[in-house]
Amino acid sequence: MEPFKLIRAQDNLQAIHSAGIKQSKFIAGGTNMLDLMKLNIETPRQVVDINKLSLYKIEEMPDEGVRIGALVKNSDLSYNPFIKTHFPMLSEALLSGASPQLRNMASTGGNLMQRTRCPYFYNTDFACNKRLPGSGCAAINGYNRMNAVLGTSDQCIATHPSDMCVALAALGAIIYVQGAKGIRTIPFADFHLLPAQTPHLEHNLRQGELITHIEIPALPFAAKSHYLKVRDRASYEFALTSAAVALDVQNGIIRQARIALGGVGTKPWRSLDAEKALIGASATESTYKRAADLALATANPYKDNAFKVELAKRTLVRALKTVEGLS
Amino acid sequence: MGDMTDYSPDESNKSKLGTTRRGFLSQLGVAGASLTLAPLLVRAAGDSQKGEDIAAAPAEITSVSLTINGKTQVLNLDSRVTLLDALREKLGLTGTKKGCDHGQCGACTVLADGRRINSCLTLAGMCEGAEIVTIEGLAKGEQLHPMQEAFLKHDGFQCGYCTPGQICSAVGLVKEGHAKTDAEIKELMSGNICRCGAYQNIVAAIKEVQNA
Repeated sequence: MEPFKLIRAQDNLQAIHSAGIKQSKFIAGGTNMLDLMKLNIETPRQVVDINKLSLYKIEEMPDEGVRIGALVKNSDLSYNPFIKTHFPMLSEALLSGASPQLRNMASTGGNLMQRTRCPYFYNTDFACNKRLPGSGCAAINGYNRMNAVLGTSDQCIATHPSDMCVALAALGAIIYVQGAKGIRTIPFADFHLLPAQTPHLEHNLRQGELITHIEIPALPFAAKSHYLKVRDRASYEFALTSAAVALDVQNGIIRQARIALGGVGTKPWRSLDAEKALIGASATESTYKRAADLALATANPYKDNAFKVELAKRTLVRALKTVEGLS
Repeated sequence: MGDMTDYSPDESNKSKLGTTRRGFLSQLGVAGASLTLAPLLVRAAGDSQKGEDIAAAPAEITSVSLTINGKTQVLNLDSRVTLLDALREKLGLTGTKKGCDHGQCGACTVLADGRRINSCLTLAGMCEGAEIVTIEGLAKGEQLHPMQEAFLKHDGFQCGYCTPGQICSAVGLVKEGHAKTDAEIKELMSGNICRCGAYQNIVAAIKEVQNA
């Protein structure tokens, strides 16, 4: 690990001011940040500890939306009664990720900022355009079983690792950020960036901007929702494929739907095409299969991960059938 | 029924161990509560992969006050020192083990403000004001913690290397109160790896404490 100055910020403005310089990073839970610092993948000169900021509240909104402080721990969010009742897919996604110890440390805002677990990103002996722009992508012609099939480019096929973010993508969350110029909001779909020709740019935050809250707008039918994660072992493993699904089924007809996929995209992957295919259709397996085909229609598999296309479809169909059964 | 829940790590999460004074430091011959410690990990010039500018960067010192097993400590450390390394290398509390050092194995699990965490992925400097309990802090004198007794009774270990982390994690699991079935215990102990495969006996030990 390289030397850095540790600054313990006492309030938002101090944190933002301290982090305004280049090579400065916030640290909250540290579960990914410190991991990457130990490997010299992240080499900040200044680390701003934001754990003393007052961003630990889960506030229920009058319309049954919810506002989540950026420092709320993944464990607290996952077991929160309001979240479990109104947005069960979010609770399930969180509980499917990492370990209890890591969930006790990891923050909501930090989860948004976690970086890919592509082995070539983690191993500094290999080329990686995300880690070292212009160095190449060792994954494209390497062992790419865990890599993405959606949203890839000729520069990067790294999978976005978060489970929580898949649920937040489906739920259409809004990210509140505060910077030197004030507060702004970022729709979830715009927060993470596709790799395109600049895979080292992963999100829409500016230097020094602090995530303060995540708002989930009211979505009553998300009370019937589910997160299904498929992985190589039963616990404590990243997704091969996952699906976050909410359905509003009335008299056998789908009125509203939310669909997002994990483990397959270079960012948390909401599929508006799949949602459109479901809305107005009858709640049957053939409808779900059609939606799944549309969700993966642009998939671009590589040598070792072609299985993910079919697996993601089956994951989505299974999740849809499960949610239909809840109705 | 409020419409807001505050999950701040406030005083209510903390134990009442503040006045319990344990003898670890005096055993080590270190007097007083304040330790000034030489920076760890200072590299020789040219030792860096990144070139001269990085190699020349000096270590930064961070001062932190925290309570460990009931005893308040002020530590002056290289800002890079993790809680795990501070416990083991600076305070001689070697019960907490270093396994993977990347949050994957759970050997370094300690309780921070009553919650189980990976001490290897926590900077000591981030623990200002925290109450840390390690495996050394669970027993009351010669009287073992019930979880320690249960691990002995059910033979919840073989080589023992993962055991301090397993026990601290199990204490956290019982306090959290989410594991009702064997399957839930296994799922919520998945952050602790045991290469000897003592898992069945660990589950038995945890059930015994849950049912006590």
